[in-house]
Amino acid sequence: MRNYIIKRLFLSVLILFFVAFIIYAIMRSIPTSYVEAIARERANLPGSKSYTEWIQQLNQIYGLDSGIIKGFFGWIGTVVQGDFGDSWVYNVPVVEKFRETIWYSFALGSISFIIQVSIAVPLGILAARKQYSKTDYAVTVVALVGISLPIFFFATILKLVFSINLGWFELYGTVGRFYEQLDGWGKFLDLAKHYVMPIATIVIVGIGGLMRYTRTNMLEVLNSDYIRTARAKGLTERRVINYHGFRNTLIPIVTIIGGSIPGLFAGALITETLFGITGIGKTAYDAMVGGDIPFSMFYLLFLAALTLLGTLIADILYAVVDPRVRVN
Amino acid sequence: MNRKNKNNIHMEDRQGKPVDSMALDDEKRIKILSPGLLVFKRFIRNKLAITGAIFILAMFIFSYFGGWLMPYREDEVFTKYVDMSKVYAAVSENTEYKFITTDNTEFPMIARSQFVLASNNDRNLFESQGVSYSIEKLADELFVVFNTREVAVVSIILGNTNVALSDPSMGPSFIERLEEAVDAGEETFTYNDKKYLLVQGKKNYLAYELEPLALATLNRYDFISADISVSYDFAFAMELAMHELMETGEKSRLITVGGVEYEMEVEEEKASIYLRNNGDRTLYANISRYLVESIYQDVFISIDFKDQVKAMMSEGVEGVQDFVYVNIDGEEEEYTIERNNTEWVIRWIEDTLVIKAYDPPSKEHIMGTDGNGMDILTRLMYGGRISLMIGFIVVVIETMIGIILGGIAGYFGKWVDNLIMRIVDTFNSIPSLPIIIIIGAMMDAQRVDPKIRMIYLMFILAFLGWPGIARMVRGQILSLREQEFMIATEATGLSVSKRIFKHLVPNVIPQLIVISTLSLGGVILTESVLSFLGLGVKFPFASWGNIINAVSNVHVMTNYLFVWIPAGFCILITVLGFNFIGDGLRDAFDPKMKR
Repeated sequence: MRNYIIKRLFLSVLILFFVAFIIYAIMRSIPTSYVEAIARERANLPGSKSYTEWIQQLNQIYGLDSGIIKGFFGWIGTVVQGDFGDSWVYNVPVVEKFRETIWYSFALGSISFIIQVSIAVPLGILAARKQYSKTDYAVTVVALVGISLPIFFFATILKLVFSINLGWFELYGTVGRFYEQLDGWGKFLDLAKHYVMPIATIVIVGIGGLMRYTRTNMLEVLNSDYIRTARAKGLTERRVINYHGFRNTLIPIVTIIGGSIPGLFAGALITETLFGITGIGKTAYDAMVGGDIPFSMFYLLFLAALTLLGTLIADILYAVVDPRVRVN
Repeated sequence: MNRKNKNNIHMEDRQGKPVDSMALDDEKRIKILSPGLLVFKRFIRNKLAITGAIFILAMFIFSYFGGWLMPYREDEVFTKYVDMSKVYAAVSENTEYKFITTDNTEFPMIARSQFVLASNNDRNLFESQGVSYSIEKLADELFVVFNTREVAVVSIILGNTNVALSDPSMGPSFIERLEEAVDAGEETFTYNDKKYLLVQGKKNYLAYELEPLALATLNRYDFISADISVSYDFAFAMELAMHELMETGEKSRLITVGGVEYEMEVEEEKASIYLRNNGDRTLYANISRYLVESIYQDVFISIDFKDQVKAMMSEGVEGVQDFVYVNIDGEEEEYTIERNNTEWVIRWIEDTLVIKAYDPPSKEHIMGTDGNGMDILTRLMYGGRISLMIGFIVVVIETMIGIILGGIAGYFGKWVDNLIMRIVDTFNSIPSLPIIIIIGAMMDAQRVDPKIRMIYLMFILAFLGWPGIARMVRGQILSLREQEFMIATEATGLSVSKRIFKHLVPNVIPQLIVISTLSLGGVILTESVLSFLGLGVKFPFASWGNIINAVSNVHVMTNYLFVWIPAGFCILITVLGFNFIGDGLRDAFDPKMKR
């Protein structure tokens, strides 16, 4: 078991290394004229560093003046030390901006995830138990519609209905206009109010996958021999489902949920941008559109690390939860 | 026994031969279906899958045949004529001096403002840019400006008059005239048809020669034609006459300027000038304090029109007042006049060509028009073509990469598998949406041609999307290659490529079809997100995503639902269709899951 984890860990680091190289290569192939134009544009803004300073910083971090391999190792060296340079768009160190914004995203991601799990898992199990019933069809259709909904379209409809027609929520922003004048509880309520629509969007659009996954796995479990045995033994249907069935369904579900946890930090790029939530997603989007190379590089690497961490956790959890895996 | 034979036997049976000897498990009793037909049967029994198929078929017909049938082009801009009330002219009371200069002279702008200062301070001499000017006041708000040259200094010492000439060309007769003027205490005098000015200093007199430069008046001259401009001599004579007439209270007078006879009629502060020709008179010009100016450079406002406007103004304009002007051709033109502080604004209704932006649905445009005045239905159709095309091309490319790499990895196993799977893991960890956004922003800055952009977009999407397919193919092949038929292929000595692509890959096709159908929906979604963000398919090409992009303007989002709702449903229906089909196919291919 320990060897397995160490092996997986080592592999993940290796893959991260290669991903970093690909990301670095993509950055290196950005036309110089584009970089220079952005640096010049940035330098003209008030309070910004000068053009030469930006270019120098870029050269220093990414080793643009040396070969691609040498430059890459130089960059990895600074990255390992936790230095990602200064953001061009935000004029502060990348890591500082990241610390500022990440918790907004984490709150958004984790609340939506908890809601998703607590709706998707019971509904998926229900659909599997009553396969081919109306409930099953309804769940399938809802799940597939959720998967097929363009996020921006759904978000726009929510905005139209709830903020423009009903006036319940504000169109954009993380906090309201009078946030600073509110007391602690008021601040929390204000924040919560602004989170309702983004959370609703993420939940509806993202719920389908987990729901389908639960259903498929529950069906598999219900078709297995030990369930037939349990039934043959004369157990009540409730006990068969809730005890023998559900616990076995949990294996893949726990795995996938565990694997999703790092993703909660990734931020919802589109949703945050649409609703103006100042999380890592929107911050990164603005940076990427604004040609902020240091921040974009950081974000890409961060996402890659999260994805790898997610797979790693899922694999390890799978081995932990299911003893059959450990044997192989 | 092949299928044809089976059918023949069946036919014979139906032709009346006794069948009583048939056993229960007789082949003839069982209707044998090919695997494909079986899948098809299971597929069409699935209501959702059929719904999905109908959706996709409908979207295909809509996009391809619809775009073909539509009379409009994808980027055709529609325009319409709208009656718009536009400012035609402005009328104001003139409060600034107009300078009518003599021929071939110049009165610089700076000097003009110096004149205004001097006239306000009642000074009759002023200087600007090293040139001296003098002013003669003819009447209230009527001046003549002269170019001034000092010609002599007259000093009187103990009763003796001493003249120092600056210009030696002046003869003794001039000195005589000068002394005479000094003695008489005249301020101005004429000599040889030239005007001279005497200014008394502390101990001496300065004599200046005056050259008329400009007439400064507050009156404006309106002529019957745009070609006529006012001359100094004409204005001088007219201004004087007008002034005298107003003083004396006379009604009219004949004036001759430059050999032409004019008749002036004065009424209040206005004057009309008629051209006299053998006793007939025709209107030639109007003089008034009002300035009627069209805002159009090339429009000359006729004197009649001005008269009518002035008459209305003297009666007093309240609020917005309509009036009708009959032009030279006898046509009636409608105008409105409105007072705006010290100005009067004349508007007319003009047929203006405007873009049909956000036209609500009508017979001509069934779904209305968008912000660029393009037909939304047409754009939806062409957008569908592009979205579907991008979806298919991307999926074909990623499936090919996936089959090749997954097939090789699964077949060879060991270190090849390990290597390829690590590549798959690497690509799987690359965050695709952010990378496409970065590249999109870069292409924006580099102004990449929209068509080339679309091709890039497809390749990037495919390049980042293949790992899932490769992983699936590899997994399937790993289990398939252990089966007996693979041992058989090895025994018959088939080549490796034949074994992989002829015997292994075809067995993966069902799963491939499922995964491709599902990823078709995914690609279309991704493309629409990118186009929505303005980083994918770009104008002039339509895409469902970039049609919805209009909602970034909240005004459009709230007021023009017909612009973005249909596009959203197009995406939803298409992606849903692919997902329904994919789901149905999965169930059909893998009946174990169902029963």
